[in-house]
Amino acid sequence: MPDQLIYAMEVSLNGLMAGVMYALVALGFVLIFKASGIFNFAQGVMALFAAMTLVGIQTGQVPFAHLINAVFGTQIHHFGWQIHSIVAIILTVGVMIALAWAVQRFIFQHLVGQEPIILFMATIGLAYLLEGVADLMWNSEIKKLDVCLADGTCLPQGINLAIDEATFNLFGYGFFVDNLDITATIIAIILVAALVAFSQYTKQGRAMRAVADDHQAALSVGVSLNYIWILVWSVAGFVALVAGIMWGAKSGVQFSLSLIALKALPVLMLGGFTSIPGAIVGGLIIGVGEKLFEFFMSSSDLAGALFGFTMNATENWFAYVLALIFLVFRPQGLFGEKIIERV
Amino acid sequence: MWCRFKRRWRRSDDGTTLGFAFAPPTIPFVPAGLEDFRNKEGLDLMLDQTEGYVTADGRQIGPVVMEMKNITLRFGGVEAIKDISFDIREGEIRAIIGPNGAGKSSMLNVISGFYVPQEGQVFYKGQPRPQMKPYEVARQGIARTFQNIALFEGMSVLDNVMTGRLTHMKTGMLAQALWLGKAEAEETANREVAEKIIDFLEIQAIRKTPVSRLPYGLKKRVELARALVAEPSLLLLDEPMAGMNVEEKEDMSRFILDVNDEFGTTIALIEHDMGVVMDLSDRVVVMDYGKKIGDGTPDEVRGNQDVIDAYLGVAHD
Ligand SMILES: Nc1ncnc2c1ncn2[C@@H]1O[C@H](COP(=O)(O)OP(=O)(O)O)[C@@H](O)[C@H]1O
Ligand SMILES: [Mg+2]
Repeated sequence: MPDQLIYAMEVSLNGLMAGVMYALVALGFVLIFKASGIFNFAQGVMALFAAMTLVGIQTGQVPFAHLINAVFGTQIHHFGWQIHSIVAIILTVGVMIALAWAVQRFIFQHLVGQEPIILFMATIGLAYLLEGVADLMWNSEIKKLDVCLADGTCLPQGINLAIDEATFNLFGYGFFVDNLDITATIIAIILVAALVAFSQYTKQGRAMRAVADDHQAALSVGVSLNYIWILVWSVAGFVALVAGIMWGAKSGVQFSLSLIALKALPVLMLGGFTSIPGAIVGGLIIGVGEKLFEFFMSSSDLAGALFGFTMNATENWFAYVLALIFLVFRPQGLFGEKIIERV
Repeated sequence: MWCRFKRRWRRSDDGTTLGFAFAPPTIPFVPAGLEDFRNKEGLDLMLDQTEGYVTADGRQIGPVVMEMKNITLRFGGVEAIKDISFDIREGEIRAIIGPNGAGKSSMLNVISGFYVPQEGQVFYKGQPRPQMKPYEVARQGIARTFQNIALFEGMSVLDNVMTGRLTHMKTGMLAQALWLGKAEAEETANREVAEKIIDFLEIQAIRKTPVSRLPYGLKKRVELARALVAEPSLLLLDEPMAGMNVEEKEDMSRFILDVNDEFGTTIALIEHDMGVVMDLSDRVVVMDYGKKIGDGTPDEVRGNQDVIDAYLGVAHD
């Protein structure tokens, strides 16, 4: 097998793993969009906020320490304790539920029935508000995120030796696949399966689907829209936490994390705004596509030989251009409902 | 065809015509708003008595379930409902009729909590009802259908019907997540009720079909199934037969009568087709331009000059 093909396979595999992350963020978008018609620009910031809160709680940081110290002239920064990962995750879930409640109570409850563009603007405001609050609460320095279980096993990092060995035996070249990516993929699969089970088999899941389908009909069968919206924002907050943990463990918890939200946009264009399978497949396509394209365009043997030039950093724009092409030829995305304008 | 409507059969044996007649009134006109009305024999039926009354076809009607008192509803300058009072008794089929734009749907929306009237009071089961959200009204046991069909288009017929059981699902989120015994038993029980209603309304063949693929007439039936499966104490139907062909209308009429007969469900329905209303209902409220212009048995209402004028389009002064 030619070397280039083998490298391309490795690149695709890693692209698949990166795609899982995009899919997770896109999933949060789809959940909220389906249930309330709100395009939540703040989904990425929610992932950042969740990850920062998790680290803050884990390491015993005093929330709003800078503010408190500035006002009272104190010098407190840490409680002086470490909290166990599992406990910290549970507490963070609590914070995300409280956030969901606050978002509904103080913002969207007042905007019921408004134009989608107004709701969208509100989420942009929310995104920057949340970024500011996250900064104020936990300060903006880059933090290391380690999630460990009770027996001391942490999220695994580094090369997966089994894949390395298997591919070496097969191709004479060992693939580099990060253990963290594999874990992220497994957790994402479990998360999606759990979400599907929740929406299919529980009362709350049924009510969620009902609200996503028709508000008026949902009301008539006794579903409180307000409750479901808080629930959906909570679930989206939980998904954001999972994405935040994975991303944070990989590249540290930092403000650039909120930028992954932007990558979720082309994912949604591809997958459709209302489709959960679409979010997943779209995420994977973008993940693989941008890695392969980068590999191809930056290689002097491939693009260089073919076009006489090479390009770098195509990952910055590839996803958006792909989405643009999709928009022109299939505006509803791969799985989205066909948009039919009634005349 | 006639015998398909049990009650039409029974009612027609007194020889009266059943469609809306433009015949001269046979009974004295009963002014709107008066709380008494007369039955065919001219006997007083005291509406405030709690025991109820017996219908012409021999069904026992119970006490007042829902009472609307001096309801006024405005949309900006438009008065959709003007100071209307009427009641709905247990076990009866109560119709609201009137020309387009009369305020019938608005009235149903007030009962089901979708609209909040500016004036007036709603009494439910003898208690004054505080202002309620539509979902709270639904949880009190009032189910409804919509004039323009509000189904969950993305779900199958069975899933749609199952959402009608939401108010009966009690098990907590955690128990359901872990699929504990109680959760499973509850799901099974709810499924049984749903299947029973699906059989009853003869929609077994389309159980798994996505609702979006159904023709209009069947959608209306699925919507009825979803409302019915909640085992409501009051069922509100907004033009259940609108847009149907004759055969579909007859089927739907039969189902409405059967529901009332078999489950004893109290039904308030809006209908445009006077003939159908006259056959189905025990008592009729007639609305025109937001006002109540008649209230009584079908025969009484049919003879009411104001009602005849409204339906013939006599100019208002
Ligand atoms: N949501 C609404 N906003 C404004 N006006 C309304 C609304 N609903 C009903 N109306 C007005 O109230 C009047 C009665 O309407 P409706 O109750 O739908 O009549 P019907 O069902 O008897 O045909 C109409 O003039 C209608 O335009
Ligand atoms: Mg109407």
